[in-house]
Amino acid sequence: MSDETNKGLLSPLRRKLLVGMAAVPAITMLPRASFAQAPATSAVNTTGLAVTDTEVTVGILHSATGTMAISETGSIEAEKLAIEQINAAGGVLGRKIKFIQEDGASDWPTFAEKAKKLLVNDKVAAIMGCWTSASRKAVLPVVEQYNGMLYYPTFYEGLEQSKNVIYTGQEATQQILAGLNWIAKEKGAKTFFFIGSDYIWPRTSNKIARKHVENVLKGKVVGEEYYPLGNTQFNSVINKIKLTKPDVIFTDVVGGSNVAFYKQLKAAGIDLAKQPLLTISVTEDEIDGIGGENIAGAYACMKYFQSLDNPNNKAFVPAFKKMWGEKTVIGDVTQAAYLGPWLWKLTVEKAGSFDVDKIAAASPGVEFKGAPEGYVRIHENHHLWSKTRVGRAKLDGQFELIYETADLVEPDPFPKGYQ
Amino acid sequence: MFGDYSLGDLGSIFVMQGFAGLILFSVYVLMALGLAIIFGQMGVINMAHGEFMILGAYVTWMTSNLFQTYMPGLFGGYFFLAMILAFLASGALGMLVEWVLIRHLYKRPLDTLLATWGLSLMLQQAYRSVFGAREVGVELPQWMLGSLQVTSSIEVPINGVFVMCLTVLITIGVAYVMFKSRWGRQVRAVVQNRIMAGAVGINTEKVDRYTFGLGCGIAGVAGSAFTMIGSTGPTSGQLYIVDTFLVVVFGGAASLLGTIASAFSISQTQSTLEFFMSGSMAKVLTLLAVVGILMLRPQGLFALKVRK
Repeated sequence: MSDETNKGLLSPLRRKLLVGMAAVPAITMLPRASFAQAPATSAVNTTGLAVTDTEVTVGILHSATGTMAISETGSIEAEKLAIEQINAAGGVLGRKIKFIQEDGASDWPTFAEKAKKLLVNDKVAAIMGCWTSASRKAVLPVVEQYNGMLYYPTFYEGLEQSKNVIYTGQEATQQILAGLNWIAKEKGAKTFFFIGSDYIWPRTSNKIARKHVENVLKGKVVGEEYYPLGNTQFNSVINKIKLTKPDVIFTDVVGGSNVAFYKQLKAAGIDLAKQPLLTISVTEDEIDGIGGENIAGAYACMKYFQSLDNPNNKAFVPAFKKMWGEKTVIGDVTQAAYLGPWLWKLTVEKAGSFDVDKIAAASPGVEFKGAPEGYVRIHENHHLWSKTRVGRAKLDGQFELIYETADLVEPDPFPKGYQ
Repeated sequence: MFGDYSLGDLGSIFVMQGFAGLILFSVYVLMALGLAIIFGQMGVINMAHGEFMILGAYVTWMTSNLFQTYMPGLFGGYFFLAMILAFLASGALGMLVEWVLIRHLYKRPLDTLLATWGLSLMLQQAYRSVFGAREVGVELPQWMLGSLQVTSSIEVPINGVFVMCLTVLITIGVAYVMFKSRWGRQVRAVVQNRIMAGAVGINTEKVDRYTFGLGCGIAGVAGSAFTMIGSTGPTSGQLYIVDTFLVVVFGGAASLLGTIASAFSISQTQSTLEFFMSGSMAKVLTLLAVVGILMLRPQGLFALKVRK
């Protein structure tokens, strides 16, 4: 109000002068703020991606249907939240992020097909997606052939590195070694019983864990068992555990089997408060299905827990619940999926371009200080430096943080001496 | 492998392992009974059997939530009501499906395979839309958790004993209904000769509908019981379908006794092998044995003698 009346009193010339003076501070800031906010599309997009003066399109590629929807729903939710927050904060290089969501339908060829569609037809600037290693392996040749950028959220077995992928989850050594060290020291554990689902991730992880137990911790693996995916009967292996009396049960059972395993463990009278169990496959998401009372007392080795006490996480958890409902829980992978869009935004701004080659080159060294898990940084090998944490499951389905590494753990997708 | 253990230890482990085999046996019988009726008696290849089971599991989950909210004092007994409701819900859905879909396909048994497979996909997506893609945790009353301490080193899981008792009761119930009751006689008459059965005044359509409903209802009870030992999610039914068909086909499709014998032999083989080798290898060997026996005896373990 008062501005309007004042302006009316000023002569046209004075008004022009004043406007000019007001613009001075803005002009001095131009090279940093204004140019960086909306540089010409032709300058930041030389390869014909879906970038306009006001918008940039990315793809979300997860299973919203099929078996894997159980796990991937959280990742979709986290990525949408991150995109919404980035847009609310002004977008990327002055452009709002628009997303196209495709459904991989828990079927690996479908993943590859949809990835091709996103890259070739929609020309997306990046894809946030995949969950299982099988889906990533199916998509990998596509993103490499059409030079796309994939942000992959799941902790996985390692043994992979690509110019076209940023791995926002942990590779196997980051997830396993620190946890084994901790439990060996804390519980004086010498004997370990491994049990996993029968596919590449548990087998590779257990191979690494076995080498570490035998060569570094000088302990003994008293049993190593695999069950087919979807197995629902674990009474025999539980008897074997009772017979061998290991100091630690180390598990990477996944999916519906997970629920069956913990329910039967509890029913067989194995008290997780007395029998240490370390899992690398149970997050808050899985506990929803397992039931807190069946798994309370177990230790999980992750990089993120919903209960983490830091300012970033205290803002992230309520924002997530506000968007997706009070009852939703946030597991390790959900948080890693949330990092994808943010890391991409930061990398684009560092590179000053949406071009995939420039992003791939600019990625190493990109830091994200606002990550709910705390500070993370992209390594030369396109994995993340992040901390390893051990939490103990509580009755209410949350984890209590028991231990975290003092420093960020270096990602090492091709660990020497562990293969 | 046993050198390091004392004789007492080994003894109790073998007892517990025996129980593990019996529990697996009960689980197999329970999941196969419903299908044995539908596939064995009616010749319908019901690929949606697992989804009928999961409907029972979801009903149990809803009942448990209901009791927790409104009648926490009676929570200890909710499971029995949940099983009855699961039977009714799955049975009702089964009768509806029979009326809409299956009755048009009795003359084309192979087409029921495709039709019910499509139905299973639709049901999975329906569960996902209604209950969410994530698994739900069914909370059990305290008395059903944990194990019975038989001796100092022998422990038997309570939920396993519960499943065993339930299986025995339901098997007796089904056997009575099928072989002693008037209605069971009608079912068998329709199976043997539909036209003649109709001619002597049996309402064959009604018999079909109730038979299908009974099979689905038993699947619902099985699903309800399996919330104790497995997961409850939109696609959890898929975990059971292969084993279920395996048991029914191996036993000889038209024979209830065959189903029980086949469940017993498969479960004992598997649980014994599982103890001596890894779980995946045990499964492979069990399946190999089944394939081998079926090659020698394509009609399954027990086959009804019929005049061809």
